Amino acid sequence: MSKDSKKPLSTWNLNPAPESTEHIKLKEQYELFINGEWQKPTAGLYFDTVNPASQEKLANIAHANDADVDKAVKAAREAYTNVWSKMSGKERGKYLFRIARLIQEKAREFAVIETLDGGKPIRESRDIDIPLAANHFFYYAGWADKLEFAFPNKKVESIGVAAQIIPWNFPLLMAAWKIAPALAAGNTVVLKPAETTSLTALKLAEIIEESGLPAGVVNIITGFGDTGSALVNHPDVDKIAFTGSTNVGKMIQKSTAETDKRLTLELGGKSANIIFEDAAIDQAVEGIVNGIFFNQGHVCCAGSRLFVQEGVAAEVIQKLKDRIDTLVVGDPMDKNTDIGAINSQKQWESISKYLELGVNEGNEMYQGKCAIPEKGLYFPPTIFIDVAQSSRLVQEEIFGPVLTIQTFRTVDEVIQKANNTPYGLAAGVWTDKGSKIFNVTSKLRSGVVWANTYNKFDPTSPFGGYKESGFGREGGLHGLASYLK
Amino acid sequence: MARLEILKTYKIYIGGQFPRTESGRFYTPLDSKGNPLANVCLSSRKDFRNAVVAARKAFGSWSERAAFNRGQIIYRIAEMLEGRRAQFEEEIIKQGKSAKEAKQEVDLSIDRLVYYTGWCDKYQQVFSAVNPVASSHFNFSVLEPTGVVAVIAPQDSSLIGLVSTIIPIITGGNTVVVLASEKLPLCAITFAEVLNSSDVPAGIINILTGQESELLSHMGSHKDVNAILYASDHKENYFKLKKLASESVKRVYRTELNFMDESAENPFLITDFQEVKTTWHPIENIGGSSSNY
Repeated sequence: MSKDSKKPLSTWNLNPAPESTEHIKLKEQYELFINGEWQKPTAGLYFDTVNPASQEKLANIAHANDADVDKAVKAAREAYTNVWSKMSGKERGKYLFRIARLIQEKAREFAVIETLDGGKPIRESRDIDIPLAANHFFYYAGWADKLEFAFPNKKVESIGVAAQIIPWNFPLLMAAWKIAPALAAGNTVVLKPAETTSLTALKLAEIIEESGLPAGVVNIITGFGDTGSALVNHPDVDKIAFTGSTNVGKMIQKSTAETDKRLTLELGGKSANIIFEDAAIDQAVEGIVNGIFFNQGHVCCAGSRLFVQEGVAAEVIQKLKDRIDTLVVGDPMDKNTDIGAINSQKQWESISKYLELGVNEGNEMYQGKCAIPEKGLYFPPTIFIDVAQSSRLVQEEIFGPVLTIQTFRTVDEVIQKANNTPYGLAAGVWTDKGSKIFNVTSKLRSGVVWANTYNKFDPTSPFGGYKESGFGREGGLHGLASYLK
Repeated sequence: MARLEILKTYKIYIGGQFPRTESGRFYTPLDSKGNPLANVCLSSRKDFRNAVVAARKAFGSWSERAAFNRGQIIYRIAEMLEGRRAQFEEEIIKQGKSAKEAKQEVDLSIDRLVYYTGWCDKYQQVFSAVNPVASSHFNFSVLEPTGVVAVIAPQDSSLIGLVSTIIPIITGGNTVVVLASEKLPLCAITFAEVLNSSDVPAGIINILTGQESELLSHMGSHKDVNAILYASDHKENYFKLKKLASESVKRVYRTELNFMDESAENPFLITDFQEVKTTWHPIENIGGSSSNY
């Protein structure tokens, strides 16, 4: 093989293949969706939502304050007491089926808006986020009239008004994960999307309007941390479901400690992806790439700590470097793009700090060779090799396309290292030996384990963490428990 | 000449041993007539920490033990308790209940052990799931124990409350550090003697006596405790515990079940201290999909 044939694929000149934005409908300004109506924020305040790739403004978004939160909770309470808690499960389910269908019908529009507003590659929003969101509604729709079969001998009862706060990494999907099981179980909802990615939640509100769902059953209010805090601390909220950082999760757990509000938390992670010598190496390399670079690494369960068994370390690292060179970083709207835009300036700066830290620690670093657009928020795929277990790069969640690599010799050693973190969200194991899979997967203290695969999601599959990655599950039968008494 | 009775020294139970509190302190709970029951260890923060170390050390092997074997061991506790029931009845009477009530409490405690014995190898089957994901993967969710659980036992009983709170937790493969009823601590230590002779490995159940007011905050803030069961009605303390627990995202539960009632027998006391783990594996999908088997 000549040296030239090893040239990275990214030197191919791929023609631009941008998705069209023509068919999408965006308003210039979005109000708050409260009690089935679009209500102006009490204080009259709005903020910009910006395309992180082009830095262009997309729309004005209402900033809800305490008074707006109060209105939304009251609407949810009234809808709960007068309508939703009295409706049969069968009828509730039909509304959810209808919402699922409407998302499917408008999937293309949702995918484009998700990518414009959040920066994720259109391929991912088109093939993963939006279909999974629709499927989630479809799955829980069918539970609404079968709840008594979920937990043997338990008298099922809805909780009441659920306050739900979601992050910016999978905006519509997280809204679906929150709203669908809550409604199926008979609760009403006030949902607050993240401030940088409000648009698809607001488009979902339009679908909810179109579906004819009774007013107040779902309320969607936009804003910043102050809005979320007002929602969490509202005295008439019965249940809180939060997905986001461990720090904010701890604050919420603390601020609700002196109440009887129910709480589920889906927090951060620092998930181990473990490659054994007997793994199918090429597949494992794909798994590593998918594990850490999926959605720019803005994934709570990202496989951000790679553990490679010593005998194959050199091979795996070389193949990984070669593969990283082929990754296309660029316009999220382009169907060839692998790694899109970093969601916000703030997040970009946070990732950059970790990069600086890694370099200052003296770690060996390798970055993908793909040219990065001059305008917009981009970050090259980055790996740090032979990082110490004590390094902050290994201990802290970076939430970006940055991977640390450590090596190991024995099974016991890697289990100890993998579990040596306060987090416990996910893990990956790569080996062709079945008995090793069952040994390792049962000893990893994490809520999801992917064996010979990574970053797979499904409405029927419970997701959630051990330890400081939170408590409660979303998805599947077990996800219902979070919304039933 | 009358024989002088040998009085028992009530010590605490950590890692399968019966040490005195490292603090050297004691307190003297009184019976209903105001007579001293015994000089009981007033456990310290250090005792609690030692107990957590013992519980953590025991967690790995206990959680991995076969469900059948856990059942055998819990059944063995019931056998040992049955054999020493007279001693427990005597202590319960000493602590203020009638002979009839004491008998009933011991009966129920033994039966409760048998009840959870049966759950050991069944809750997993009832609460696990195989999830029909849309992609070509085999996907299943199982329950795994949360880890080290701190328990504040009910105040109003000496034996049944203790048994009913800690046994479901160990049934599920967790290990426990329990603070016994402050006013009615005698049976807890005698129960430790039962555990010690029942094939229960060291460190699975660790029993302290002392004051809730002193140990509560240490239980809430200890970073190596994964979950807490507060089985008391002091809501202010429960809230305080929850607040401290937020520092390390501990799971905190409260129960006010009437443990003298059979309705308190329930597998959800097991599942409260379980985590759901979901495992994915690809299914090879090359050929064969349209053939008849």
